[in-house]
Amino acid sequence: MSERIRERFAALAAEGRAGLVTYLCAGDPDPETSLGLIKGLPGAGVDLIEIGMPFSDPMADGPAIQAGNLRAISAGMTLNGVLELVRRFRSEDQTTPVVLMGYYNPVHRMGKERFIAAAVEAGVDGLIMVDLPPEEDEEFCLPAKEAGLDFIRLATPTTDDRRLPVVLQNASGFIYYVSITGITGSAAPVADLVGQAVRRIKSATTLPVAVGFGIRTPEQAAAIARNADAAVVGSALVDLVAANLDQDGKAKPGLVEAVHGLVRELAAGVRGARA
Amino acid sequence: MSQRNSLRTMPDENGHYGIFGGRFVAETLMPLILDLERAYEEVKKDEGFWKELDGWFKDYVGRPSPLYFAERLTEHFGGAKIYFKREELNHTGSHKINNTVAQVLLAKRMGKTRIIAETGAGQHGVATATVASRLDLPCIVYMGAKDIERQQPNVFRMRLLGAEVRPVTSGSHTLKDAMNEALRDWVTNVHDTFYVIGSVAGPHPYPAMVRDFQSVIGREAKLQILEKEGRLPDVLVAAVGGGSNAMGLFHPFLDDEVRLIAVEAAGDGIETGRHAAAMAAGTPGVLHGSRSYLLQDEDGQVIEPHSISAGLDYPGVGPEHSWLKDQGRLEIAPITDAETLEAFQLCGRLEGILPALECAHALAHVAKIAPGMDRDQIILLNLSGRGDKDIFAVAEHLGVKL
Ligand SMILES: Cc1ncc(COP(=O)(O)O)c(C=O)c1O
Repeated sequence: MSERIRERFAALAAEGRAGLVTYLCAGDPDPETSLGLIKGLPGAGVDLIEIGMPFSDPMADGPAIQAGNLRAISAGMTLNGVLELVRRFRSEDQTTPVVLMGYYNPVHRMGKERFIAAAVEAGVDGLIMVDLPPEEDEEFCLPAKEAGLDFIRLATPTTDDRRLPVVLQNASGFIYYVSITGITGSAAPVADLVGQAVRRIKSATTLPVAVGFGIRTPEQAAAIARNADAAVVGSALVDLVAANLDQDGKAKPGLVEAVHGLVRELAAGVRGARA
Repeated sequence: MSQRNSLRTMPDENGHYGIFGGRFVAETLMPLILDLERAYEEVKKDEGFWKELDGWFKDYVGRPSPLYFAERLTEHFGGAKIYFKREELNHTGSHKINNTVAQVLLAKRMGKTRIIAETGAGQHGVATATVASRLDLPCIVYMGAKDIERQQPNVFRMRLLGAEVRPVTSGSHTLKDAMNEALRDWVTNVHDTFYVIGSVAGPHPYPAMVRDFQSVIGREAKLQILEKEGRLPDVLVAAVGGGSNAMGLFHPFLDDEVRLIAVEAAGDGIETGRHAAAMAAGTPGVLHGSRSYLLQDEDGQVIEPHSISAGLDYPGVGPEHSWLKDQGRLEIAPITDAETLEAFQLCGRLEGILPALECAHALAHVAKIAPGMDRDQIILLNLSGRGDKDIFAVAEHLGVKL
């Protein structure tokens, strides 16, 4: 169990507000720019950082994050590079929780024991593995938790009452409610339905519930933040990275500031949600 | 062999074949996959379903497919007797329809109203579009942009059959990307959609289910060879993309004393790195819902495969193949593009049959082993599809303008 994640949600609850979680793909558009982006997130109002581990075949992601993954891989980002990035971030920030999100194959290739040890050492707090459902828990979830990493589980609109206990069984850190059936970057969720779903999950667990998929604007983030413990924004930020590349795919001056600018607006939306 | 040592009892209840297989999918899909598994377990025991399927096989697909003695090729190679299991004579021209009839019937039973599929060579797409048309269900086929380019006839066939062909321009624009895109569609349209996977790949229960539907090939072949020769063959040979035609032929023979050879696409040659030979040159990895041999780099990124044959141009392979390879039950044989083109032409000249480029790989391997075998030995090859779809690609490789 990660202290950083627990403490952060406890602090948010004490403040009476929801948190802002952002997703960026490690190494997008290049390792140095990516480090600059991630280092500046807490200052721009991010409460918990989600970092994508790039994969060639991100099955549950839409075009924006697919492209971000491929840019990162082309720019030389590797799984070791992701861990190095976390290490460098952690050397300057010991309190903001960092969660790695991705697909299992790169981890499997590195070797799960090696990866888990390296992630703990680098200062990673939790993992979101898109393609590891509870049915495969013995494979990776249980050893990761044993080592002290939170295993953040996805719940979705298809997670009915029969399924929910299975999803919650080995979950830790927080629950990530995927607000739509679909891939990242799809249509915006209907806030009322999301509110109902969050209440249903919260009646079955004491873990905080973050909500993501389809949230792009400060207003949408605020609407979600009224009911959830955190709102997650990914594709909108990754799109902004893409919009700030030159013809050769290199970062234009101002890319980092542009992304942090949107993050600040999102943070303001989330913070004002329950005012 | 005793029941206990049978190789025909896989997978276990979680869909594992030893370390291979499993259900590596997004949570959104898990309830659907469990539903499918329940539905499949039900029809498995339902005689009515299999009787209905048999009717379709007989009158719509044209089964049983003949077992044909390829006399002139046998003479040409001067060794073992060569038999073709003629899946290319099925309706739509390949083995793929065995599986699509069965899956679409299952989709109907489950009350699904929308069919999606991925396709490489277009054969699975055509077979799915065909059955969807017949059973009056809308059908969307995802196909890599590169495959659309090299399999034009099949693209047009699918459209004539009323299917919508959606070009996929992510990744390498081939089969693996089409499968990613089909999975993305399924995650989005969970309530009404049935995903018809075209090979013994994907998450459990697909590998087992597709195997069971394709096993009609091996069951027929066994009866037919016993009738013609009074004994089992010495060697079975089949090309492996995802592995469905091979598994369909092999599975009923797993416990028999018969060599099983899986022929993989070696593209420009294994040593060039430009190939699609997952078992010959890959390492265990997780893609598209299961663990199996996979072409990947040091960092676990999937390597873009290469083959002249769109149907074999896939970086993975079904999990049961990987398990059987590790059990030492499967022999793996890589065959290059150049060897395939030669076999393709030879078969046309000697037997009057243009095989699909996929199974032309298998024939190219037969060309290597038959001459060294005795004349009373028997090789049975799965002629999984016909080559009409490939004539444009072959012409281009031979420098002929059509
Ligand atoms: C005629 C034919 N044979 C073989 C294959 C390869 O698939 P599998 O290995 O699943 O049989 C294909 C795939 O498109 C095909 O069209």
